[in-house]
Amino acid sequence: MRKNAHKRQILKFAFFKYISRGALLISLAALSSVVIFILLRGIPYINMHLIFGDFTSKNPSIKPALIGTFYLILISVGIAAPVGIGSAIFLTEYTNSKSRLIRIVRVATETLAGIPSIVYGLFGYLIFVVALGLGYSLIGGGVTLSIMILPVIVRSTEENLLAVPASLREGSFALGSSKVRTIFSVILPCAASGIVTSLILAVGRVISESAVLILTIGMVVDRAPDNLISPGTSLALDVYYFGSHGYPEQAAATAVVLLVLVMAINITATVLGKIFGKGELANG
Amino acid sequence: MDNKFNITVKNCDLYYGDFQALKNINIDIDEREVTAFIGPSGCGKSTFIKTFNRMNDLIEDCRITGEIKIGGENIYAKGTDVTLLRKNIGMVFQKPNPFPMSIYDNVAFAPRTFGIKKKTELDAIVERSLKQAGLWGEVKDRLRKNAMGLSGGQQQRLCIARALAAEPKILLMDEPTSALDPISTGKIEELINELKVDYTIVIVTHNMQQATRISDKTAFFLLGEIIEYAKTGELFSNPKDKRAENYITGRFG
Amino acid sequence: MMNKAYRFIKARDLVMRGVFIFCAVFSIVALGCICAFLFANGLPFIGRVGLGNFFGSEWHLDSEAYGILSMIAASLYVTALSTVIGITIGLFTAVSLFKFCPENAVAPIRQMINLLAGIPSVIYGLFGLIIIVPFLRDYISPNGFGYGILAASLVLSVMVLPTIVSVSFDALNAVPKSYYEGALALGATSEQSVFKVMLPAAKSGILAAVVLAIGRAIGETMAVIMVLGNSPVMPKGLFQSVRTMTSNIALGATELSGDAATALVSTGVVLFAFTLLLNISFSLLKEQGGGKREKKRP
Repeated sequence: MRKNAHKRQILKFAFFKYISRGALLISLAALSSVVIFILLRGIPYINMHLIFGDFTSKNPSIKPALIGTFYLILISVGIAAPVGIGSAIFLTEYTNSKSRLIRIVRVATETLAGIPSIVYGLFGYLIFVVALGLGYSLIGGGVTLSIMILPVIVRSTEENLLAVPASLREGSFALGSSKVRTIFSVILPCAASGIVTSLILAVGRVISESAVLILTIGMVVDRAPDNLISPGTSLALDVYYFGSHGYPEQAAATAVVLLVLVMAINITATVLGKIFGKGELANG
Repeated sequence: MDNKFNITVKNCDLYYGDFQALKNINIDIDEREVTAFIGPSGCGKSTFIKTFNRMNDLIEDCRITGEIKIGGENIYAKGTDVTLLRKNIGMVFQKPNPFPMSIYDNVAFAPRTFGIKKKTELDAIVERSLKQAGLWGEVKDRLRKNAMGLSGGQQQRLCIARALAAEPKILLMDEPTSALDPISTGKIEELINELKVDYTIVIVTHNMQQATRISDKTAFFLLGEIIEYAKTGELFSNPKDKRAENYITGRFG
Repeated sequence: MMNKAYRFIKARDLVMRGVFIFCAVFSIVALGCICAFLFANGLPFIGRVGLGNFFGSEWHLDSEAYGILSMIAASLYVTALSTVIGITIGLFTAVSLFKFCPENAVAPIRQMINLLAGIPSVIYGLFGLIIIVPFLRDYISPNGFGYGILAASLVLSVMVLPTIVSVSFDALNAVPKSYYEGALALGATSEQSVFKVMLPAAKSGILAAVVLAIGRAIGETMAVIMVLGNSPVMPKGLFQSVRTMTSNIALGATELSGDAATALVSTGVVLFAFTLLLNISFSLLKEQGGGKREKKRP
């Protein structure tokens, strides 16, 4: 009797094992089917006109989106990178100066990281479109995006700075270096590779984002932006526009371009991280 | 600071928060001599050596009272320039900590900090410092190579060269050979003997033979106090304090 | 000469310190601005149209009915369903990766999942639109309608999978190996040790994964907007066009003005409040899980 109960227990959990293996297969199948179906549906419709041609309602093109995406990357990473790195430096290198400020900064950064992108979009809309009266503009979208990626950059830069051994800081200070020289000549060069990797990942996030932009840059898909205060579009927005305005083939093709770009960026970041991670600081 | 580089410590207490790490330390350290600090782990000798170049400033809630004078000037007085102080006092750490940059850049780091930019000048300093540290012959053909590629002993001598390049007057060494093999240790001990002609050297060591080999005077630390301070020969052959004797003869610690 | 150089170094230290503080304070200012702009625009509107109207179930812009109850309900439905699906599959996947999977396959699979975590949400939306919605419509749906809560939940549950898998995998990995060995030594099978000892020990990390997944699901816009149908009506079944808070904001964004646009901001305020609540519970969880930081003695 007892023995049977024990056996049942064992069988029950062995069954769980098969369930979990099944779940693994389902996960992998689901995730890869997203990629595979998008590729299958989109690749046949990629052509030169779609990417480089001029936009007509019969033959849409993503050239305006490519230009817009490029501007958005420049603006958002251009702002978020220096601010985020500076912020991370303050959080890691000036810890014993004003700990309450640091706590508040931490909480603020974490809260920013949890805000949904559509709420960022609303904020961008209220401040740039309404309050500043710029209307829909690339600059408004870019700045809003920069706030959104800021917490990501801060967090990963912090991790990279913390990984720099304390002995190097000590060594630099013992040579009479000032704090600033220690930071710029010793700590940042040591952490540079990791920081670059996280900036690349931030670029990936900018390219992927669309909800923020729908409220800030206006989704003007049919013409290239003239300057930073013109409205525009991005690759991800184009996918949505094409998908919901009766261009399913173009949507899939654009999605392929977007997917390839994002994957390429993420793979680059991973590979760079591996290469840098190997050669460095073998001595700890 | 003028030309004298002796260290005088009076009634020095040091606290980490509530914990008192150093208790009423009084000591005079002479110029151009090697002074060794010995004692069991956690006795405060490493803490004490770091007070001379104020590296303990980096530690949170570390508090120090009393007086530490170098060349007659209280280094804890208001308005003391810590960077200038650290330029004048080189430090070598327990584990070699070369920066992950080229050998040349490591040695040129301090001179560059103090505004030397001319290449010929830097070249001269790098060569001189590496020669002083006895490393020149081994690395002169690969100055542009990353310092992390050197062996542990070479790295430690590079750290010494890097400290010497700042043209210090005092050299602090915190167990400089504890991470090294015997041959590298021997080289560094030789080096210390050569350097004491020009520098005041304070060395923390776990190794009593090392203290007898290289130091002129030795201070024995126990639980944050200096128990005995005397000429090295005297302290080791004829210790006055029972606790020092026990430690030296290996009865505890 | 020397003095001048020192004064320069000192000044530079001070200036750069100021610059770093400015950068750090930037996050606080940004967060403050976001709160201020949202609340200043959204709250007065809710006050003006009245709580009854705003939290009512009627959204008819022509008759000034701004009720978002149906959208809140839809958001919660979609979030709950997708989290349940995502957590069930994700957690079992993590367990399988942790113990019941060929060892040399773990690293590549993890890498692949991490990579797939980077897929833009709009692509998930498109996938839902061109694959899942037609599939549901043709094979599953009883009423021949593919859009709706089930489609959105399926899309979202796939989207949150990578997060759940990697966070709960890390949580399992953080459990001391000795627990597993201890259970084996008591005669438990490998499966029993994993499910009865390791999983409970990793529960705070797994809870964190749940909260993260909820946060992503409730805040997601683009993946759901393309598969929901977006009618502002109360959800009554799995296959029926509904609208979430996020899709309400995105839909109206480019078209509405005046009061209608402000109503979107107010919707955003409600959404923001939900995510703040989640954030707070998340950090509470983290504090509980991580224990208090020990005070270091040098």
